[in-house]
Amino acid sequence: MAQKTIENLEEVTIRFAGDSGDGMQLTGTQFTNTTAILGNDLSTLPDYPAEIRAPAGTLFGVSGFQIHFGSNEINTPGDHCDVLVAMNAAALKVNLQSLLDGGSIIVNTDGFNDKNLKLAGYTQNPLKDDSLSKFRVYEVDISKLTALALQDMTISGKLIDRSKNFFALGMMYWMYNRPLETTLDWLKTKFKNKPEILEANIRVLKAGWNFSETTEIFAVRYDVAPAKLPPGRYRNITGNQAVAWGFMAAAKKAKLELFLGSYPITPASDILHELSLYKSHGVKTFQAEDEIAGISSAIGASFGGALAITTTSGPGVALKTEAIGLAVMVELPLVICNVQRGGPSTGLPTKTEQADLLQALYGRNGEAPLPVIAASTPSGCFDAAFEASRIALKYMTPVILLTDGYLGNGSEPWMIPDLDALPDISPSFVTTPEGFQPYSRDHDTLARPWAIPGTPGLEHRIGGLEKQDITGNVSYDPENHDLMVRLRAEKIERIANDIPLAEVEGAPSGDLLIVGWGGTYGSLKNVVARQRAKGHSVSHLHLRYLNPMPRNVGEILLKFKHVLVPEINLGQLVKVLRSKYLVPATGFNKVRGLPLRSAELEIEIEEILKGKR
Amino acid sequence: MTTLIEDLVNSTAGIPAQKYSAKDFATDQDVRWCPGCGDYSILAQTQRVMPDLGIPKHKTVFVSGIGCSSRFPYYMDTFGFHSIHGRATAIASGLKIARPDLSVWVVTGDGDGMSIGGNHFIHLMRRNIDLNVLLFNNQIYGLTKGQYSPTSEIGKITKSTPFGSLDFPFNPASLALGSSATFVARTLDRDPKHMQGIIKRAAEHKGTSFVEIYQNCNVFNDGAFFQFTEKDSKDETVVFIEHGKPLIFGKEKEKGIRLNGFSPEVVSLKDGKYSVNDLLVHNEKDTTLSFILADMTHKPHLPRPVGIFLAIDRPVYDREMDRQISFAREQRGIGDLKKLFTSGDSWVVQ
Repeated sequence: MAQKTIENLEEVTIRFAGDSGDGMQLTGTQFTNTTAILGNDLSTLPDYPAEIRAPAGTLFGVSGFQIHFGSNEINTPGDHCDVLVAMNAAALKVNLQSLLDGGSIIVNTDGFNDKNLKLAGYTQNPLKDDSLSKFRVYEVDISKLTALALQDMTISGKLIDRSKNFFALGMMYWMYNRPLETTLDWLKTKFKNKPEILEANIRVLKAGWNFSETTEIFAVRYDVAPAKLPPGRYRNITGNQAVAWGFMAAAKKAKLELFLGSYPITPASDILHELSLYKSHGVKTFQAEDEIAGISSAIGASFGGALAITTTSGPGVALKTEAIGLAVMVELPLVICNVQRGGPSTGLPTKTEQADLLQALYGRNGEAPLPVIAASTPSGCFDAAFEASRIALKYMTPVILLTDGYLGNGSEPWMIPDLDALPDISPSFVTTPEGFQPYSRDHDTLARPWAIPGTPGLEHRIGGLEKQDITGNVSYDPENHDLMVRLRAEKIERIANDIPLAEVEGAPSGDLLIVGWGGTYGSLKNVVARQRAKGHSVSHLHLRYLNPMPRNVGEILLKFKHVLVPEINLGQLVKVLRSKYLVPATGFNKVRGLPLRSAELEIEIEEILKGKR
Repeated sequence: MTTLIEDLVNSTAGIPAQKYSAKDFATDQDVRWCPGCGDYSILAQTQRVMPDLGIPKHKTVFVSGIGCSSRFPYYMDTFGFHSIHGRATAIASGLKIARPDLSVWVVTGDGDGMSIGGNHFIHLMRRNIDLNVLLFNNQIYGLTKGQYSPTSEIGKITKSTPFGSLDFPFNPASLALGSSATFVARTLDRDPKHMQGIIKRAAEHKGTSFVEIYQNCNVFNDGAFFQFTEKDSKDETVVFIEHGKPLIFGKEKEKGIRLNGFSPEVVSLKDGKYSVNDLLVHNEKDTTLSFILADMTHKPHLPRPVGIFLAIDRPVYDREMDRQISFAREQRGIGDLKKLFTSGDSWVVQ
């Protein structure tokens, strides 16, 4: 057996790519879990087509999963990858642009037959010409080796073909010195009633490992030491799962039942799937007939005293708009979670975007203000969901929680919080008819009282018609309407007194402030760190509260010569900042359905600092 | 640990319904329907039936959408929610699923329930959530001042159809049955006794109960149902269907309905050809029969059927959800978030 060298790396980005039926998401998830347990910091990005099983071998059927892991802090899934695992010609063609020069490609040569090449639009085989000369190419006939590993088993050719992703996974485990146990344990649970599939997958996984260990093909393997994360217990979590758990924690700390009314929509459906699992926690999930019934049922549940939520994506919010206005008018707690995707219309269902900010802030008829909160990392979705619930309950208002496709599907290590340390957010239901008025208001918060059906003596009526101040009776009085419009706005404005002040990362004043919100946090953080390392005066402000904004935002903006607002839209936050604070902020906008790339942004920053912009 | 709602439900469980009168269900709000509107009768009959149900006022909720009918909750001294157009069924669904301990009523109209809310309506019927739906059918849009509705007869001349409407109307009873409803009935605003009986039966039904009420809009569609409600014609134009009884109608009870194959036909009981024994006997448990009876609605040669078309038992959605929760808790124990968060693969950083 040849001696293999081990090299240490600080960080690596690997991209697994194949047909959407090749199991690349599963392969990536398994590699992620194993890597998380080894103690690396990491960030992942699934990149898959909207078609479930697009025709095999086509460019639009390529499914990818990128993982960036390391021994240092990892903030993004990586702009580019160091290693590309390509199961066929189409996967190579689609993903080659994301591979760094000098990077490695591991190809399944069986995926490069004439048909594959034709479908991928190659006129000649890229493995046979010198088009890949700037990369290190490892050619492995994964399909054949998989079949050989299973040749004495009487299983179908289809099953053999579907196991080949485990060969690739086994190779990558060997190359990055990861143990097989996590995946073996997972396989044993998943296929405990299907011993043949279990046996086949285990054999192929081990075959991939052994092949790498024994043959001469790989001369080097790599070690990536654990990261120095703050002490605590961790698990890997996706943004959608974190949202679901954040709501469950909020319901627990509010002593309320959690009710989800939702209609399936990409990329938010996983929140519905997740919450549907927890019957034993008393979670009630209602898959409604449409988006409107999703939110309407939640409003009904809220009227009944539940922590009510609805989860969706942009097109769903559009349909829910009228009902959101009703929730504003009847002043009931509700959280609307929008996992943003590429728009407009059906747009790019599986791709990420930040173009629903103005919809969240303003997209309703009438003066209908509501709080808007945005999560900035996959694990941060937990806190954001909890905070959205807290505000909804305390201020008796619908709240929009914005995440996005990247945050929802992306994952990273999450320090499991101490539930006992989370604040009690339980509401005070009205218990006695003495002095009860449905639209009287709390002196500080301006919240109206929550009077639950089933409470003797509190029978009252609410509705979408304008309310008379205090009594809640229907009122068409002009002065009363003006008053109520202002009261509803003032109630939301006062939330600014109840949220933390914004904190600048980096110096509190200087040449350039980068202002972001939502899922761009990791990219912006990296960019700012690199700029500061170069000695540039650049700081970062990332807004979690989009409405109301923290009280000190205007003050912060004025302390910088330039304000640059990078967004995955055509300039939505920048519009708000300019109109609200009268600052000449400029935008940096890329709307490709992908997270922002640091390199492009850095060029823009340096141009600004040189005075060219 | 119990939730705040469980605490509320438990602490109020012992409070019995008082001996209410109809007046106890009236609010201090002025009723604002047009004088002579059929809605007044429906409000009065509902308030009259409520005391007989034995349900405390604080456990009763009326939810409505938009339209003249949807003002109803303001006039009932229970909990009430006047919501948005077409969505009362969806809002009430969420309320009942979250709070199965409540008696939840939906008040809707032919525009609200059959047009903008049509989708929610059919899905409510098939789910069989334990709600009571009262649909005030006046075959017109009243609140928006007189456009034709999804139940208006074809050729209806209105402000929006000056040359006559082109679309064939819904028959709400058939729509409900076709959506697998478990309780479907029809009653008349001008027949207080009948309406009270039907509302009571609807309240007692477990699952969704759907009651279509023919209601006169005396401003925009006056007399739409007079042939079925007025003394001089109703005996000849309406057949009251009752469980276990033959279908007989006519001023002197001289006519009946018999089934010829699957088709109902009118027969005379006077000419000696047919007797009561030949007539169709109603069975409200028979789903096939319910379709045949509801289908008489748009057949001009047949009397209009009024009464309970169908009343059957089927698993009730909100109860089934509670059963799933109880079952999961029996199997796995009451969910513990701390355990959940550390389940599966987790690791410790020192």
